[in-house]
Amino acid sequence: MRVFRYGDDVNTDLLFPGKYTYKASTPEEILPHLLEDLDPDFARTVRPGDLLLAGRNFGCGSSREQPVVGLRAAGIAAVVAKSFARIFYRAAINQGLVLVECPEAVDAFREGDAVLLDPSAGTIVVGDREFRFPKLPPEILAIRDAGGLLPWTRHALRRAGGQA
Amino acid sequence: MAMTYAEKVLARKAGRPEVRAGEILFLRPDHLLMHDNASAIVGKIRTDLDEFGLVDRGLPVIVLDHVVPAADEKTARSHREIRAFAGRFDLPHFFDVGEGICHQVLVEYGFARPGGVIVGSDSHTCSYGALGCFGTGIDRTEAAALLLRGITWLKVPETIRVDLTGSLRPPASAKDLMLTLIGRLGAEGANYRALEFHGATGLSMDERFTVANMGVEMGAKAALFLPDEVTHAFLRGLGVEYLDPADLLPDAGARYEAVVPCDLAAVEPVVALPHAVDRVVPARGAPDVPIDQFLLGTCTNGRLPDLRIAAEILDGHRVATGARLLVLPASRRVQQTALADGTLARLAAAGAILLPPGCGPCLGAHMGVLAPGERCLSTANRNFKGRMGCIDSEIYLASPATVAASAARGRITDPRDLEEARR
Repeated sequence: MRVFRYGDDVNTDLLFPGKYTYKASTPEEILPHLLEDLDPDFARTVRPGDLLLAGRNFGCGSSREQPVVGLRAAGIAAVVAKSFARIFYRAAINQGLVLVECPEAVDAFREGDAVLLDPSAGTIVVGDREFRFPKLPPEILAIRDAGGLLPWTRHALRRAGGQA
Repeated sequence: MAMTYAEKVLARKAGRPEVRAGEILFLRPDHLLMHDNASAIVGKIRTDLDEFGLVDRGLPVIVLDHVVPAADEKTARSHREIRAFAGRFDLPHFFDVGEGICHQVLVEYGFARPGGVIVGSDSHTCSYGALGCFGTGIDRTEAAALLLRGITWLKVPETIRVDLTGSLRPPASAKDLMLTLIGRLGAEGANYRALEFHGATGLSMDERFTVANMGVEMGAKAALFLPDEVTHAFLRGLGVEYLDPADLLPDAGARYEAVVPCDLAAVEPVVALPHAVDRVVPARGAPDVPIDQFLLGTCTNGRLPDLRIAAEILDGHRVATGARLLVLPASRRVQQTALADGTLARLAAAGAILLPPGCGPCLGAHMGVLAPGERCLSTANRNFKGRMGCIDSEIYLASPATVAASAARGRITDPRDLEEARR
């Protein structure tokens, strides 16, 4: 597992340039340009199970969801950051991407540290130190755990239809 | 229990006597805004639409504005798909290419109302807060789910109250006010929060739109002005009917996470430096570097007063040699008025390049893309690295007055210094 480290205020244009917003929507179209203006090697080197570690206000800017769709499609295990911008945070829940808000863990990380994440317990181990992070409320966790908002919505609609 | 404006609006929408910051509510928004991304949104639920249908044909409002007219075959196909979707479900609220930028169109056609809740697959949906409408940005997937079920969840936000006092002193403008606030609070200063502006009676509706539009640049979920006489007069002018919002006004004793005082008289013309909106300096203290492109327009500053002040400043001047000034009215209505009253003719006479209403160069997807090493001074809301299509270019943000004065000199210029420079 590799840890990709980035700084504060990583915005949506760096995660996925606006010039592709209306040209790329599917995971296959998104992946080659993912993080293109932040880390040109990312798309080529990322592997399933890798982790992103970042500073404050990760994902600020536009409401475009290609960064989230792309990170999920790349198999990123989680994005751990000091804080997230609102729309990005929401989009991650809707796509079933795990976000961990834990400034202490980000600060504790040193190059070479192993990172172990347990989202259901709300714990993250960095090197030999363990940190706790706030878990999502149950009604929101249900959306993420259903695999995202669309699977959750289909389930709700079918259930309602069955009852009618 | 005393409630803030955001708490009152969300409580009413959720059908609850009261709500508190931090609670999660499931509710039905009045409208769902989509633009050119509607094709991608509908693409996610193509088979679901066959199975479940569209929840309510009055819910979506679609405005084609981001890449208009189509730039290439891919965007042309996407526009065609959106027209087909609108046709298939006989959507009453579809606005094709040329009508204007979605946020301006939603306001002009009376969709945004005091006490309303509008979600949109665009981050600047917070613009409707100017009318006391809880507007907030969502992603495409959520938009898709809303088309099927019409329900979404919102966490009731904490509120930051901004207490405005005094009056703006021209050429300082609403844009300078908001850039100054963003500089003070930071790009994350209102993340997950609602902003609630008090003391805004001296700000026109156009000025409020500029301020609310940029709420998201400090992370805000909504940027709300309290409905007042200015709001009512504006909506009467549009012929919009709405519920009396008096009972939505925040209670005395409502709980605010923070109160930010702001003296309007102290606001000066400012510029946001590349590549962050919160890197704000006085225009007179901005770097004295040549600017290649000037942009006047966008959902932040493409309204009539913005075009008029620029035309006034540029009277008797020409755009500096070697520089380009691009002008995009925010909507067809703005364009028609600015054509009829001569504003656009005056801008063209000064050397401006007139573009159709739309988002255009703001997001680097269409027209006015920058080359490596170029600099742009723009009235837009975002100056992120690479936003205007080229990673090695720079974007500075300022008011229409500052952009116009600077276009005449080819360098960043405080509007107060333009006449002096000519002598």
